[in-house]
Amino acid sequence: MEQTETAVDNLKVIVFQLKDEEYGVEVNQVKSIERVEHITRVPRTPEFVEGVINLRGVVTPIIDLRSRFQIENADHSEATRVIIVTVDGMDVGLIVDAANDVIDIASSAVEPPPEVVGGVEAAYIRGVAKLEKRLLILLNLDKVLNPEEVAEVKEMESGSSK
Amino acid sequence: MERNQYLEMFIDESTEHLQAVNDNLMKLEQNPGDTAIVDEVFRSAHTLKGMAATMGYEDLASLTHQMENVLDGIRNDKIEADSGVMDVVFASVDDLEAMVTDIASGGEGRRDVSAIVNRLEHVEKGTAPAEEKTSGAIIPESRALTYDDFERTVIQQAGEQDFNAYSVKISLSPDVILKAARVYMVFEVLEQAGEVVKSVPSVEELEDEQFELDFTIVLITKETQEDIQQRILKVSEVKTAEVKTVQIDEKPEEMKEEKNQFEEEAALPAEQGVRSPEPVSEASQKPVEKSTESSAAPQSKTIRVNIDRLDSLMNLFEELVIDRGRLEQISKELESSELTDTVEHMSRISGDLQSIILTMRMVPVEQVFNRFPRMVRSLSKELEKKVSLDIIGAETELDRTVIDEIGDPLVHLLRNSIDHGIEIPEKRRNAGKPETGHITLKAYHSGNHVFIEVSDDGGGINRDKVLQKALKSGVVSPENAAQLSDRQVYELLFSSGLSTADEISDISGRGVGLDVVKNKIESLGGTVSVDSSAGEGTHFLIQLPLTLSIISVMLVEVQDEVYAVPLSSIIETAIIKKDDIMAAHNQKVIDFRGSVVPLIDLTSFFDVPVTREENDYYSVVIVRKGEKMAALVVNSFIGQQEIVLKSLGDYLQNIFAISGATILGNGKVALILDCNALIK
Repeated sequence: MEQTETAVDNLKVIVFQLKDEEYGVEVNQVKSIERVEHITRVPRTPEFVEGVINLRGVVTPIIDLRSRFQIENADHSEATRVIIVTVDGMDVGLIVDAANDVIDIASSAVEPPPEVVGGVEAAYIRGVAKLEKRLLILLNLDKVLNPEEVAEVKEMESGSSK
Repeated sequence: MERNQYLEMFIDESTEHLQAVNDNLMKLEQNPGDTAIVDEVFRSAHTLKGMAATMGYEDLASLTHQMENVLDGIRNDKIEADSGVMDVVFASVDDLEAMVTDIASGGEGRRDVSAIVNRLEHVEKGTAPAEEKTSGAIIPESRALTYDDFERTVIQQAGEQDFNAYSVKISLSPDVILKAARVYMVFEVLEQAGEVVKSVPSVEELEDEQFELDFTIVLITKETQEDIQQRILKVSEVKTAEVKTVQIDEKPEEMKEEKNQFEEEAALPAEQGVRSPEPVSEASQKPVEKSTESSAAPQSKTIRVNIDRLDSLMNLFEELVIDRGRLEQISKELESSELTDTVEHMSRISGDLQSIILTMRMVPVEQVFNRFPRMVRSLSKELEKKVSLDIIGAETELDRTVIDEIGDPLVHLLRNSIDHGIEIPEKRRNAGKPETGHITLKAYHSGNHVFIEVSDDGGGINRDKVLQKALKSGVVSPENAAQLSDRQVYELLFSSGLSTADEISDISGRGVGLDVVKNKIESLGGTVSVDSSAGEGTHFLIQLPLTLSIISVMLVEVQDEVYAVPLSSIIETAIIKKDDIMAAHNQKVIDFRGSVVPLIDLTSFFDVPVTREENDYYSVVIVRKGEKMAALVVNSFIGQQEIVLKSLGDYLQNIFAISGATILGNGKVALILDCNALIK
């Protein structure tokens, strides 16, 4: 009884790490978690677009979340993962430092985003979940993967290079 | 709902029938009084009515029914097929189309058809006697039996050889479900007993269930009346069977004049009957054979396949192509001749397989073209212009995916030609041209491409007008304007926000149109260009790839990255000396067979990390776009390969100079260069 009740209110999220912070995306937005394999660079794209990979026959774009959130670059390690997420029928892979946890969090534990959190712009954040001693940043993937914004960034870059 | 399972078939078939009606009405308008065409229309309409009624689409059925009445009037010369009548008929076809479209998109196919039904009734009553529409039966139910010469001879000869000729009137029970099946069974029974000479309605109509419950068969047999009757009554759902002896002499000669196409068709088996009056074993096959032979267009044996299945077949094949590439690579590395042979053999087979799959997806462009005559007709009426449309090469085949997309751009171009191109009759007369404007729609294959041309003999493009508009909307700057060549000015028509119509009309000239056309065609991997000469007309040329999914490319290495260059844009590859590179206006160029070709270094163009040392020789790929060329500097050529075109996905749209990606034999992704974007 108790379980079904909590299931309704709960969010199941996949937890991943970027630098020293923990982020979460909802499980139903995640298609799979992959190891980093050969990434083909796509020229003339925003810097955070790492390139494309062959994901079982489907060419899938990969973005580097560190660079997307303007966190300093780091070399890929054994723990580095690509989280394949689906937003609006669009598959995109996100490079993260590590992904190792699936947890349930109660909706009541989610608070609206504060003005500024760790340098990440608040628009990308759906909320912050407090779990005992951990702080989990829930991402707003629609915003993170907004193609219009990609186009804007691109224009800005090409504009400045002229 | 049970009918869902038939819905798709219903939609497909009704669309086909409506198209047939449309086509034939157009023909009829050209040749009024040709009753063969009316019959064709009638047949399609009747089948449509039957289907609609079966599926429970009453509005559709009732409108078709009313249309049939008018057609029947035309067929029997009671109504003259003049322009007014045709307009009403066309309008009702439009309504029918709208209903079918509604059904196709999940609607109930309901539509207020009372207005158009009224108009049809009006047309019908205009000259037709009121009794015409007393019953719903369009096929005259009890047509008098008439015999042509053949049938007479057969029946007479039968008499001489001690055969009996009977006319058998068969009534099916009113709750019969499969009329055609019952007819078939009756025929089989009768053909075991003797030879069927004719039937009213014709066998074809019977098979199409174009009759109510009664039909009559003339039979030559040695058996007695009762035997025949007993045999027929054994077929279930047959209510009654009246068997009468045929007295050929009683039939007055003048009846022959009334013979219509039904009897003509029925003459076929009679002919066979002359040669072999005895019952023959293959006789039961004849009605089936005949119906295919006598149908209007010769049809090859086909099956309907859902396009989704073809798509998944194609997807699977694409996977195979990728694996093939991988195998080719492995066999090259292993240098085992046995493996190489096998792989080569497999490559050949998969090549054949590929061409079969591709041709399976090819459909004649006719599918798109055949709706244009109607459109041109109504548009020209609306605009009070006289326009004739010539369609050439409708049999040209194109990939299904392209076909689905090409319709709208062509509609745009045709509308454009009628609205802006063709002048009003008065103006044409003054210019010394025939009043009727001429639009030619032409499709043909050339190499790996399909070309579609839309040309008109209208006024041509007014350079100044286009320039003015372009200046006004800021598409070109005043400084540039003067330097533009005519062609470049015409190309401006494809930029967004430009329409030369002074007044905004319904047809075109909303400022959207040609740029949409261009975008669409380019998204299909094609190009569109325009040429025009003042006073003589305008000519649009669309170039489309034959297929969208598998292309031949040259793989090249740029430092450590692999890129694919479509073979279609490559002229040749060359190795040039560093000394041969010249500079013109800060731009490196080379002399390539007498022309100056700009050099594009892909390493710097794509910011590829430099990993290799430069040497004195450059490998270049000469690519072209139209007449313009460019030389792309790469590090090495890998070779030619068939690759499967994949998109980069929605997230990475409009990447400059990259048209897509492919997966190589080693599982890595390679990007495909868009040479059109590289050359300006």
